[in-house]
Amino acid sequence: MELKELIEQKLKENFSSENFVFSEYRGELTLTLDKKNIVKVSSMLKGNPDLQFKLCEDITAVDWAKRKDRFTVVYHIYSLKLNSRLVLKANVDEEECNIDSVSSVWKTANWHERETYDMYGIKFNNHPDLRRMYMPEEFEYHPLRKDFPLMGIPGSLPLPKK
Amino acid sequence: MPKLNKDEVHPKILETLLADTDISIEDALENEMVLNMGPQHPATHGVLRLLLRLDGETVMSCVPELGYLHRGYEKLAENMSYYEFIPHTDRLDYLAPMANNVAWALAVEKLAGIEAPPRAQYIRMIITELARIASHLVAIGALAMDVGAMTVFLWTFREREKILDVWDILCGARFTNSYTRIGGVANDAQPEAIAKVKWFIDQYEENLDECERLLNTNRIFIERLDGVGIINGEDAIDMGLTGPSLRGSGVEFDLRRAQPYLFYNEVDFKVITYPDGDSLARYFVRADETRESIKIIRQALEKMPQGEILLNQPKKVLPKKAEIYSKMEELIHDFMIVNFGINPPVGDIYHAVENPKGELGFYLVSKGEGNPWKCKIRSPSMVNLQSIPRLVKGRMVSDVVAIIGSLDPVMGEADK
Repeated sequence: MELKELIEQKLKENFSSENFVFSEYRGELTLTLDKKNIVKVSSMLKGNPDLQFKLCEDITAVDWAKRKDRFTVVYHIYSLKLNSRLVLKANVDEEECNIDSVSSVWKTANWHERETYDMYGIKFNNHPDLRRMYMPEEFEYHPLRKDFPLMGIPGSLPLPKK
Repeated sequence: MPKLNKDEVHPKILETLLADTDISIEDALENEMVLNMGPQHPATHGVLRLLLRLDGETVMSCVPELGYLHRGYEKLAENMSYYEFIPHTDRLDYLAPMANNVAWALAVEKLAGIEAPPRAQYIRMIITELARIASHLVAIGALAMDVGAMTVFLWTFREREKILDVWDILCGARFTNSYTRIGGVANDAQPEAIAKVKWFIDQYEENLDECERLLNTNRIFIERLDGVGIINGEDAIDMGLTGPSLRGSGVEFDLRRAQPYLFYNEVDFKVITYPDGDSLARYFVRADETRESIKIIRQALEKMPQGEILLNQPKKVLPKKAEIYSKMEELIHDFMIVNFGINPPVGDIYHAVENPKGELGFYLVSKGEGNPWKCKIRSPSMVNLQSIPRLVKGRMVSDVVAIIGSLDPVMGEADK
C-alpha cells in the first residue's frame, strides 16, 4: 500500500532505531508505537511536508480489563494533503498510567486528553490544563474503566437524604 | 445592611473565607470581574457554561465548562447491543437525529463488513441532507435571534416544520426518528413521503431567499457578525474545527468529498467555502450549504433505484416483522439477534461522516460479542467549542453570543 510505504520510509529516515508495527483492518492503517515516542513521532507526522497530518480528529483510550498493558491510547489523525487517515496506538500499563501529551503538537488534543483522563484516569504528562472534562472535579472514579459498574458507585455523588 | 460580627458567622464559613487568600481589598477597585454565563442561558444553545473574565466589557479570557448534560452514552453503549443503541444516537445531535442514525448504521456496517442495498443508501442520503437543511435552518434562525432579529427565527422554523412533516410520514416520529437499521432502513419511503420531499425542495429556495433578504440587507445583523470571532484556516485545523466552521475559514474539507460514503461520489455538489473565517462567513456557508443539499436531494431522487431496503443477511440484519410472524427461520434469527446480538468480527474501526455540525465519528471496538467493547463518539460540537476561548478573546460580551451562535453547538452532542 502506498501510504504505508511512504510513512514507513519517513519513519526509517527519522527514527531508524525504533520499532514500529503496522497493521491494517477494513482499509484503516494503524501504526502501533512505544508510548515514549508518541510526541516525537506525531510531530514528525504533522511537520513532514510530504505527510502533513495536521488534523487530529480524535484521541481516546481502550480499557482491555485483564490484559497486561491494560490501556491502549488511540489517536486518529488525518492528512488533508494525502486525504487519508492514520491511527496511532500506544499501550499504557496500569502501574505507570501515564503518557506524554500531544497537545503541544495539535492544540485540539487538549480537550480530547482531558476527556480521556476523566474517563480512564490516564495521566497526560506536560498537559497544560489536566482537569476533568465532564465529571465533577471531586469525583474519585473514572467511569469508562471496565471495573466501574454501570449503575454507578453508591455515595460517589452526593444525593439528597431520605 | 447591618454588618455581621465574627461570632455570628458559622465557623465553617469563616474558616473558608479566611482561607481564601485570593480576595483582597484591591480586587474590588479593579475593573476586572468574572462573569458566569450559563449553564442556563438562552443564548448558549443548551447547558453550556462559560466563565468570562472581563475588563469593563471586553473579554480578557474565557473558560468553557462542559458536562451539564453528560449522560454517559459511551458507557451505556458498552452495555447494550448495536441495535439498542440506535435510539440513543437520536439524542446526540437532537437537531439532526436522522444524520446520527445514518452515521451509526454506517459505522456498525463497516465493523460487521456488510453494506446496505442501493435503494436504502439513496434513502439515507436524502434523509441526511434533509437533516442538514433542518439543522442549518435552526442554526441560522437561532443566530439571527441571538443578535436580535426575531422574525427570521419564525421563518426558518416554518421551513423546518415541513421537514419534520416528512419525518412524520416516513417513520411516524417527528423528532427522535430512529429510522435506520443496521443493513438498511426501517421501512421503504412511501410515495407520499417522496412527493412531500419533492414539493419541499421545489419551494425551499424561494423561501430561503426570503429569509436571506431579511438578513443580508440588515445592517445590524451584518455589523454584529462581520469581523467577529476570526480564525484563519491553519489555526482552525489545529483547533480541530470541522464542518461549516472550518469551511468558513476557507479550508475546503468536507468528508462527503474527501472520503465519500453512501453515493456522494455519484452526485454533483459544490463544497462551499468562504475565506474570511468570521461569524458572518460561517453563516454564509450554512445558508449556501442548504442549497447544495437541495441539489443533492434532487439528484438522489432521480437516481434512486427500486428494490430492497434491507440487506438479506440473517445473521447480521433483523428480518422484517411480517416475516417473523409467519416464518420459522426468521423467528429463530430474530430471537438470536435480539438475545445475543450481531457479533461483528474482532477488530476496531473508526467511521466518520459529515454531519451538519462537523465530523461525527464513531470508534468501535468489537471483541466478537453482541455488545461493543468500546464505543467512542467523536462529537463535532465538543471539539468546535474548544475554540471558543480563542474566538472571544478581546471581543465584547455581546459578541460572545454571536460567536456561540455562529459555531452552532448542540450540547446533547458535546456532552454525550
